Amino acid sequence: MFKILGDTGEHLVVELDGDEVTVPAGVSVAAALLYLDRIPTRHSVVNGLPRAPYCMMGVCFECLIEVDGVVDQRACQLQVRAGQRLRRQLATSKVESA
Amino acid sequence: MPLQSRQNYDTLIVGGGLVGAAVACGIAATGAGVAVLDGGDRDFRASRGNFGLVWVQGKGADFPAYARLSGVAARQWADFSAELEDATGIDVGLQQTGGYDFCLTGDEWQQREWEMRQVALHTGGEFEYQMLDAAELRQRIPEVSGEVLGASYSAADGHVNPLYLLRALHQRMHDLGVNYAPGQVVQASRRHNDEYVVSTLQQDYRAAKLVFCAGLSNQRLCRDLDMHIPVQPLRGQLLITDRVPVFLPAATLQVRQTREGTLQIGDSHEDVGLDESTTLDVITRLAQRAVRIFPHLAAVRVNRAWGALRVMTPDGVPIYHQSAEHPGAYAISCHSGVTLAALHAREIANWICSGAQDSLIAPFSAERFNV
Amino acid sequence: MQSAYQMVVIGAGPAGMAAAQTAARQGVEVAVIDEQPHPGGQIYRNVNASPLADIDLLGKDYVFGRQLVQGFEYAHLDYFANSGVWFLDRAGELGIVQDGVHRRVSAQRIVIACGAQERAMPFPGWDKAGVMTAGAAQILMKSAAMVPSEAPVLAGNGPLLLLLAWQYLRAGVRLRAIVDTAQSANRWPALRYFPQAIAASDYLFKGLKLVSAIRRARVPWFREASDLRALGEERLSALHFTCRGKPQHIDTTLLLLHQGVIPALQIAAAAGCETRWNSLQQCWQPQVDDWGQSSVDSVFVAGDAAGIGGARAAWLGGQLAGLQLAHQLGLIDAVKRDKLAQPIRKARARHLAIRPFLDTWYRVAESSLVPGDETLACRCEEVSVGEIRTLAAMGCTGPNQAKAFTRCGMGPCQGRFCGSTVEQVFASETAASPQQIGRFNTRPPLKPVTLGQIAGIAHNEQR
Repeated sequence: MFKILGDTGEHLVVELDGDEVTVPAGVSVAAALLYLDRIPTRHSVVNGLPRAPYCMMGVCFECLIEVDGVVDQRACQLQVRAGQRLRRQLATSKVESA
Repeated sequence: MPLQSRQNYDTLIVGGGLVGAAVACGIAATGAGVAVLDGGDRDFRASRGNFGLVWVQGKGADFPAYARLSGVAARQWADFSAELEDATGIDVGLQQTGGYDFCLTGDEWQQREWEMRQVALHTGGEFEYQMLDAAELRQRIPEVSGEVLGASYSAADGHVNPLYLLRALHQRMHDLGVNYAPGQVVQASRRHNDEYVVSTLQQDYRAAKLVFCAGLSNQRLCRDLDMHIPVQPLRGQLLITDRVPVFLPAATLQVRQTREGTLQIGDSHEDVGLDESTTLDVITRLAQRAVRIFPHLAAVRVNRAWGALRVMTPDGVPIYHQSAEHPGAYAISCHSGVTLAALHAREIANWICSGAQDSLIAPFSAERFNV
Repeated sequence: MQSAYQMVVIGAGPAGMAAAQTAARQGVEVAVIDEQPHPGGQIYRNVNASPLADIDLLGKDYVFGRQLVQGFEYAHLDYFANSGVWFLDRAGELGIVQDGVHRRVSAQRIVIACGAQERAMPFPGWDKAGVMTAGAAQILMKSAAMVPSEAPVLAGNGPLLLLLAWQYLRAGVRLRAIVDTAQSANRWPALRYFPQAIAASDYLFKGLKLVSAIRRARVPWFREASDLRALGEERLSALHFTCRGKPQHIDTTLLLLHQGVIPALQIAAAAGCETRWNSLQQCWQPQVDDWGQSSVDSVFVAGDAAGIGGARAAWLGGQLAGLQLAHQLGLIDAVKRDKLAQPIRKARARHLAIRPFLDTWYRVAESSLVPGDETLACRCEEVSVGEIRTLAAMGCTGPNQAKAFTRCGMGPCQGRFCGSTVEQVFASETAASPQQIGRFNTRPPLKPVTLGQIAGIAHNEQR
């Protein structure tokens, strides 16, 4: 749903929901997810409603995502890094973990 | 709301926290006309800072009547919560599957064992408990760390969501036709012939009986009717985390897992006067202790920290006081608004309605401080 | 990071950069704590580290930030990027998370310069995936050179919405529509402030430039829109609304919302600063004096965090705070302070002159602040406006009791987006002003922190 203006910059490879995907370097995880058009990025814990990045400035906590095994990270406040393991917190991919 | 315009009531209750609301529900259920005068949204409210435990363990180790009272109150909880849910549709989340109090040092263990024995003694063995060593404890709660020496356990204990309890009591008050007046600032109370008059900044309220359940303000407000209610603030700071998968089978005095999955971590005891603020030192200590007991919680995010002021009497035991000079004027002060909620809605409400003495309640008069 | 500073500045936007630089120039020992990887705040985000081939695309006002950031980068102070303040108290004790590590810092003086946040724009479906704020869209442009790949709908009210439309058009993005909720009824009252606004005519000309560019591009512009409703299952598929009595339906996968910004109040409130309701700007702001000093002596609030005035006024306000702090810390006398402050005050007054006009022209309609019962007030805990309204009508002491009863405001965003809605619902149900109703108590942590991180604080100190 978003594209990069004059997309000639560097890219890198991260893992998203188990698949390798190519994303622009130097952007936030939330921006990468929007670039890939992978929304919703989670289902809410209260009623399972689909959610996606909303404010992009760390205020709303809508873009929570699992990064390298740690859940509930604000995707808008983290930069993408090569090899990062991202997992959307979707109802269908819910993993029981402590 | 038929009572809205009325200013004369059978019973006037000052304070709409857990204590005032429970008493109001009990009295209104008899058909009496009740008004509850409550304060502002940002007043000191122990009810909103409550840890949510229904707790008997160790209470009244040196005050036998309190040990008995807590036992009676806790045993009523299952029935009381079912009754509340039937009436209001609000499930207060009672989980009365016992309670653990962890011991991290040998001294703690010995002190605990003594307290538990005392409470059992005072209740004629009605209070049952176990002292669990580290191995027994980890059989029941595998996440407990090796640093924990053991725990005391009592099946009588449990926990609820204290905020839903407050909400359910308010809903019940509303349904019973209690006239609830928030935002009141009480100026003075006096006896006028056969009735009591409470003047707030907004208006005068009159009633045959008057019950002060105003938390820390009881000390000041009760003076108008010559009652000496010595209560002091004792700050407790609490942490609450984001939701985590359920791992606690029962309440503990250190960490409580709510039905939503969040963890409530308590609690400090700080004698700092009327100061509700949080401090970095105490938050740090609470976090350190939680992680020391449950190392797997290190990665869990803290959602909120807050401080609240407990309403403490000099001996830590509740006050149920009826004025000798002014029959019909009562004062109730305690820091266990959750544990004692059923008792407040039943025995205490009956005691106020009937005006009769009650052997369960008599030892709690504030007269005990006048020796 | 040292364990103590004379002055800690929270936020490296225009106000924070200015306060820090001004005080540092007079010899104050300053640390600046900022969440972003680069200085500039949201307004000048990435201005000196832009991924855009041509930053002129974003307009002159953005490019202006370059010199401010450059000056800041040369200043003699400690600047900590990727750092958040999760705890502070009135004694100047700060808990800071820097790249996941915890530090405890004490400060003689604190300057809160954490800027503004988007005002919530609640309507049915505003929580759907694909609905974002206009501010978020700008952040994507500034920090990632990203623009929508399909034509978005822009909805709401306020200068930022028009600026975003203009920037998108310059970037070659096609706009599906502008759904404008501004009320023409506001125009007459706004004209009252027009004479003083002329002092800041550059703002007016800029506004006219934006409007005419959008008109020229023939973007469908629905005025006086109301009753917005976002539709879609797993993600947004369409926007419904009413325009001049007629129902409208636009298919879209991206909806960008804006109805003004409000001061980011959490940190000042946590520090114990007194706040008051600004009825013109329809938001709370901390009470500060001419220098930005709050009701808590050791705490200053500067820039938009102290009341919305825009980037230029924030930059100047930050300078005033810096001068007063240098004075209070004994580095300059009152005469020098006042001499330096005089031209700054004059320039700041000019930038602020436009505000009453803008605030009135773009005043948010009551219906947008107090939505219908089915709308989610609290996105985190999914509490509806109806639940809050029922409580308010039943007689509930206020927002904090409502929070206790419903969990509204207890989620991870800690009431930053639902607080204003809850106050407004109470105000409208009880015919009181938000000032009388009051607001949510603010609780730490102000930024995410884990139990283990907090527990490690003592450990870090020992090193």
